[in-house]
Amino acid sequence: MIHTYEFEQFPYVQTEEQKTGTVKRHPVVVVGAGPIGLTAALELAHQGIRVVVCDDNNQVSYGSRAVCYAKRPLEIWDRLGCGERMIDKGVVWKVGKVFRGSEKVFEFDLLPEADHKIPAFINLQQYYLEEYLIDRCRDFPDLIEFRWLSRVTAVHPGDDHVSVEVETPDGVYTVEADWLIACDGANSSVRTMLGLPFTGRFFQDRFQITDVVMTADFPPERWFWFDPPFHPGQSALLHMQPDDVWRIDFQLGWEADPQVEKSPDVLMPRLKAMLGEDTAFELEWQSVYQFACRRMDSFRHGRVLFAGDAAHQVSPFGARGANTGVQDIDNLGWKLKLVMDGAAPDRLLDTYDEERVFAADDNLLNSTRATDFISPKSPVSQAFRDAVLDLARDYAFARPMINSGRLSTPTPYVDSSLNTPDIDSFAGRMAPGTNCADAPVGDGDWLLGRLGGRFVALTQETDPGLSTLDVEGITVDVLVVGKDLTDPTGVLAARYDMRPGTTYLLRPDQVVAARWRAFDADRIAAAVDRATCRA
Amino acid sequence: MALNTQPNIAGVDDFYQELIDLHRDRTVEQSLKINARLVLLLANHVGDRAALSEALRIAGQDVT
Repeated sequence: MIHTYEFEQFPYVQTEEQKTGTVKRHPVVVVGAGPIGLTAALELAHQGIRVVVCDDNNQVSYGSRAVCYAKRPLEIWDRLGCGERMIDKGVVWKVGKVFRGSEKVFEFDLLPEADHKIPAFINLQQYYLEEYLIDRCRDFPDLIEFRWLSRVTAVHPGDDHVSVEVETPDGVYTVEADWLIACDGANSSVRTMLGLPFTGRFFQDRFQITDVVMTADFPPERWFWFDPPFHPGQSALLHMQPDDVWRIDFQLGWEADPQVEKSPDVLMPRLKAMLGEDTAFELEWQSVYQFACRRMDSFRHGRVLFAGDAAHQVSPFGARGANTGVQDIDNLGWKLKLVMDGAAPDRLLDTYDEERVFAADDNLLNSTRATDFISPKSPVSQAFRDAVLDLARDYAFARPMINSGRLSTPTPYVDSSLNTPDIDSFAGRMAPGTNCADAPVGDGDWLLGRLGGRFVALTQETDPGLSTLDVEGITVDVLVVGKDLTDPTGVLAARYDMRPGTTYLLRPDQVVAARWRAFDADRIAAAVDRATCRA
Repeated sequence: MALNTQPNIAGVDDFYQELIDLHRDRTVEQSLKINARLVLLLANHVGDRAALSEALRIAGQDVT
């Protein structure tokens, strides 16, 4: 029972469509009002697109669930106008510690450099996150319509639209959409109804996640134990959340009976052993799960687009689930807008599949590797894992081999067909396909706050002679360093290897599309065409 | 080839005896642990990724 949060029941209202039996065509229907579906609604509203969100429930997520939100999704939510509230409420952290038994063997810092607006990570219960996203959606009453207690029961893809049957307390009615975005989670009913495969690996292990309420002196860090004294032979994870709620994950092993593990007779002594006999705590929420690493073959099926866990599911080590899904939407939103406006060809949406499958595979690889380390599948795998932990105590070389989850960072689209390959030489990380690094740009502003939502040419050409560039219906805003924004600390120049003349073309999702050592409008136009499949 | 597969250890009989002595009076489980540590220590010393991949490939081939 969750005591620290009051769940609002969102009102179910019968739609006019259902009441009058008329079938209405909507530009976009989003299925699922979780973190990904809500982000999709906000992203589209920012693009000026009307969106209907259907969810089979009428309240935010029960339980802390995703908990850890990474820098990149927070940057996206900041662009969409609700990141600061999440960061203010969340527990900001960047240090992770790894223990073997009761001894610390490894420590890492996820954001070792200064001068980023957004922290490396925050912990926040998923219900707060969804609440803030919904509150932000309410700022767009003309563009975002929620339909609660509305379960999608059939999907009929057509050539120029998708027809959806929706079941409400008043029965079943039909909704048509130009585009359908399925954000309905790992057990996606849209995916199932379309008969699309979801393949990969299931892991023969179970994990128990528990939220407890307590006042404790643990620091705001990620603590991970291999073989802790309070849970021998398994692993455990501790995270601080707001409201004195603590998240504890216990590895159970494959032999464990979930019903037994959930029972207070077993769980309470384990928690007491971990938290201390004298520590007062209250059980808030718990769940036992088995996880999988799998994905769909393609995230696009005509006018149905899949995002988040509906498209790809990873193990939780590394916080790559929701964090990846939000980046799916970041990638999809502007592409869908351009295609809907007729400013780019339909095949631009195929690059959503191309780029996000590439990212999903990176996430799957990382989370599978972490799972193999945490939960070894053979005696030899176990021997190597234990050897790493044994050696790490005295020998530095083994410490980076310890894999308790490589935490979510954006996957650069290094081979994307939308990138314009470099013709000039550059140092540093900002190669085409890479997510823009942040930097202070004067007056307390941040670079990422000036980018996004449209194409930007960021240039150190003193006088490019124009403030916008119209590339056949696509507007590129020209931002001149030293005029439109400043580089008071030199961090921008360092991170982007800027020199006089250096020009970057940045996509609406804050990804580098191209870069040159001189400002050249023709080259920018060609790169825009390439980044929008018009070339 | 990145991996040196030519004789490279001076006093190779001494080394071989040391290796066998390391495992003397150990159970198979203990030897498994020792070998895992040994592989990791040596792999880190080699460092060269191409050489390591070549060694892994040769070690894994034709195992009956």
